[in-house]
Amino acid sequence: MLRTDRLTLRIADRNLCNRLDVGFNEGENWVILGANGSGKTTLLHALAGLREPDQGGVLLDDVPVRDIPHRQRARRLGVLFQDFESAFPATVLETVLTGRYPRLERWQWESAEDYRAAEAALEAVELTGFVQRPLITLSGGERRRVEIAALLTQDAPICLLDEPTNHLDLRHQIRMLEMLASRAHRPGHLNIIVLHDVNLAARFGTHGILLFDDGECLHGPLSDMLSRPNLERLYHCRLREIHDDGARWYLPD
Amino acid sequence: MNRRLPITLLLLAAAPLSLWFALSQGSLNIATAELWRALLGGHDNATAYLVIHELRLPRALSAFAVGGLLALSGALLQVLLRNPLADPYVLGISGGAAVATLLSMLAGLGSGWLRGNAFLGAMLSMLIVFGLSRAGAAWTQNRLLLTGVVVAAGWGAVISLILAVAPSAQVQGMLFWLIGDLSYASQPGVAITALVIGLAVSLWLARPLNLLMRGENVAATLGENPARLRLIIYLLASLLTAMAVTLAGSIGFVGLIIPHILRLAGGSDHRFLLPASVLFGGGFLTVADTLARSGAAPMQLPVGVLTALLGVPVFLFLLARTR
Repeated sequence: MLRTDRLTLRIADRNLCNRLDVGFNEGENWVILGANGSGKTTLLHALAGLREPDQGGVLLDDVPVRDIPHRQRARRLGVLFQDFESAFPATVLETVLTGRYPRLERWQWESAEDYRAAEAALEAVELTGFVQRPLITLSGGERRRVEIAALLTQDAPICLLDEPTNHLDLRHQIRMLEMLASRAHRPGHLNIIVLHDVNLAARFGTHGILLFDDGECLHGPLSDMLSRPNLERLYHCRLREIHDDGARWYLPD
Repeated sequence: MNRRLPITLLLLAAAPLSLWFALSQGSLNIATAELWRALLGGHDNATAYLVIHELRLPRALSAFAVGGLLALSGALLQVLLRNPLADPYVLGISGGAAVATLLSMLAGLGSGWLRGNAFLGAMLSMLIVFGLSRAGAAWTQNRLLLTGVVVAAGWGAVISLILAVAPSAQVQGMLFWLIGDLSYASQPGVAITALVIGLAVSLWLARPLNLLMRGENVAATLGENPARLRLIIYLLASLLTAMAVTLAGSIGFVGLIIPHILRLAGGSDHRFLLPASVLFGGGFLTVADTLARSGAAPMQLPVGVLTALLGVPVFLFLLARTR
């Protein structure tokens, strides 16, 4: 569905990735891992077509993603950004309904169907009853879930998410990643998620990209990616590997 | 829960009332029945007909148009710059118009020239800010805001210089223009046309503006081209401001406060906010101007003083009540 073609990204003369060729296919739940400043967000923005690649390109359904009209692209691909803006007052419902934008004509008002989609999305992120709340009255984690609900309302088959678990408590981290993973496994769907938590990545991801800060990247099925040497090199710290019930857990030493 | 509809209906009813108030006030006392007849074209009372059609009606319509233009432009610029403190003058449009007008006054040009030059000055300032903020690096709203603020400060210095060297007989006229004054606004046609077209274009942009509130990246991933959107909003808001300033000088506070009051009252959906700003801004300035010319008669106050005196306490009251 989405693939990179010899994609090279640079920030201030530093290569974040060099001639990267990855194919993202339906049913897959990708995670991007890397240290701070390794270029995870930059890569995600390039995949979304928001950033001009320094070389190579990104193809969505075999068309360069930056050549696709914004509106058409928005029906295929949605993005959850790392942080949000709130200079002006808005309610939860107003914010979530903006996700319907690519599906409505310019003069069209939201229909009952759009309201249902918004309410279903709020239910999925466990914010039923927050409909009329002003955003400024929400906590950071609730605000994060409003943004996720807006993305769900957009109903794009391909979702790119930048640290969706930011500000979320333990239970909601699991709930949100579970919900996103089950969405990715539906036919025609795909997620690419930037994560900081290796163990959450191992639990919910199917494939992974490891961005090392020397510009090298590894990608492939996640079980091949996650090993103590790889992760210690990735994060520049010693890790402890714990085996429990058939699963592997990594903790900083 | 949803207060947008009642607020809009209230404003729709208040707009003609504000115009009526403007028509009925003045040194010549005209009875209601006579006012109606004169307004509808009856010549039986020639004085009333003249006062209504030559003086009060053009001025009331000018006030309404200018108020609507300023409030609309303010609402657009606040979203464009993602800054609640933005007003129609923050990017230096009025500064350019002011310098051009004051220089024309110094040169002793007539009022037609003043208008034309004010508009040219506004356009010049728009192009300068636009060109400078695009030079080199990416065009971010902070860069635009900083460029605009600095250019406005530059115009401010030139204005002070002109005021310092101008013959004292001209200074009062200049000050009235700078504070904002509708005394010479006798031809509202162009401004009203601009207001109608501006509102139509703004409504076409209303839903994209709702996206822009969530940030440019969000707007881009939901199907808008932010660079194009930004450019259209900038040009539109600049033209609206230029029209208002050309007609009435730089009347303050309408463009800043009206959109905020409406956001506090009815939320930020631009499909509500933009038309409501036109109605409220227009009605507000019409009433303020009527008070400015008749409240302390025979003395005429510049309406810009009154908008601030009325607007500031109302806004502070609303702000204190919410949250």
